[in-house]
Amino acid sequence: MAKRRLDLTFPPRQATKPITYHLVKDFDLTPNILRAQIQPGQEGRMLLEVSGPREVIDQAVEFLEGEGVAVHAAASDICLDEQQCVVCGLCTAVCRPGALTLDQDSAELVFDKDKCVYCEACVVACPRRAITLTF
Amino acid sequence: MAKSWEEINARIANGEAVVMTAEEFGDIAAEQGVSTAAKQVDVVTTGTFGPMCSSGAFLNFGHSDPPIKMGEITLNDVPASGGLAAVDTYLGATEPSNVRGIEYGGAHVIEDLLRGRAVRLRATGPGTDCYPRTEIDTWVTLEDLNQAYLFNPRNAYQNYAVAVNSGDRTLYTYLGTLLPRLANATYCSAGALSPLLNDPTYRTIGVGTRCFVAGAPGYVAWEGTQHNPHGDRDEHGVPIKPAGTLAVIADLKQADPEFFSAATFTRYGVSCFVGIGVPIPVLDEEIAATLALTDAQLTATVFDYGVQRRSRPALGTVTYAQLRSGQIEIDGVKVPTGPISSLPKARRVAEELKSWITRHRFTIAPPLQQLPQVGAQAFKPLEVRTEEAI
Repeated sequence: MAKRRLDLTFPPRQATKPITYHLVKDFDLTPNILRAQIQPGQEGRMLLEVSGPREVIDQAVEFLEGEGVAVHAAASDICLDEQQCVVCGLCTAVCRPGALTLDQDSAELVFDKDKCVYCEACVVACPRRAITLTF
Repeated sequence: MAKSWEEINARIANGEAVVMTAEEFGDIAAEQGVSTAAKQVDVVTTGTFGPMCSSGAFLNFGHSDPPIKMGEITLNDVPASGGLAAVDTYLGATEPSNVRGIEYGGAHVIEDLLRGRAVRLRATGPGTDCYPRTEIDTWVTLEDLNQAYLFNPRNAYQNYAVAVNSGDRTLYTYLGTLLPRLANATYCSAGALSPLLNDPTYRTIGVGTRCFVAGAPGYVAWEGTQHNPHGDRDEHGVPIKPAGTLAVIADLKQADPEFFSAATFTRYGVSCFVGIGVPIPVLDEEIAATLALTDAQLTATVFDYGVQRRSRPALGTVTYAQLRSGQIEIDGVKVPTGPISSLPKARRVAEELKSWITRHRFTIAPPLQQLPQVGAQAFKPLEVRTEEAI
């Protein structure tokens, strides 16, 4: 089983088609929507984590592209401004998936991008406004 | 084996003093025993770097021509006090901007000044015979100011609460975002490095103590506001709840933005992280015993912020080692923890203070006056009452 994070961009007219339904029904993948911004008549974006056999994910990507959806591997969307960060650790207190933690010895901040679900709790909690999220 | 302040200062002046951070002292005491550690070490440095709302700066702008008696004053649109002499002001760290609200406040103005940035000063005055000008709009830098000194009425809290939220909605507090149904716990102390946890009965820290304030050499000016020596203490005599506090003073022009950082707590307000470090002389084994305490021995009390009253219910105590592990247990429930006070920065403060003493021969000063001890005036609440009830 593989897990991949996809950054999908929908053309305005495509945005109402039930893409995730097809990923489940036709490809038997497990999609997990991390973030989505979809409105009728406008370009939409969705950050999707899909789990399933590697080759099936590849087929699903081909299907999505065939449907006019632009598919990119999800980039690092959470940005930490290390000049601003004072390593207080408050972001770790609100990070439910445990993506942000403090190293047990150095107490320095560790960010495990793979665990991040882009909930933005850290963005709101950071007293230095050092964390930003693009998309 | 008792050492005197004079002996220790002579060793500092000669460059012979043995200085360690409180963490290093805890390690050496664990290995070799408190008695040996007490003999070997002259001074232990402490450090903390947490949000300390009760902070601010006195500023003097100098006189314009014609001069003005400043009444309503703003710095980058943040109001400062006009209740002093013509061109003196006090800028409080938590004051929000008239334009940007809590995203920019007094603390951000102070940080901008420290970073060498020009700040817009606008003021109005009544216009008097000696101060005829009624308005001014100009730019000032830290260098331009005659005097700029931090005077923080309450810093370096001796221990603090561990905050949880038993309620069913998220709370936005000065201890950060508290998730509902005990989904997280936040805490705010440097633990074993914290200045007042290392001198629990205020034996060596008092009015006149030389210390590290935001990167500048400063002084303990007075007891901090809400200083309260009376609360519950553990078997070592160390408070297990918020207790003593310090009012500190230091030259803002000598401070360092690495050790003063403005902060915004969402839906709460403006604050600032301040680096405070106090050197503690290892006078005898008694003080060495508390200096040797580690995070595994120091405890804090968990309070339920879900109950929005002055007296919040206490849900037991936990050690700082447990808090730092990332998880504590409350009534059998595992609760993830996160700090608000920066441990890496607290270590930087203690290291920096150590280098001041060893390299720059920064001497230590015995208190000119003790802080209020157990038995002093009790800590009083504010009662809401009418004139008739007095």
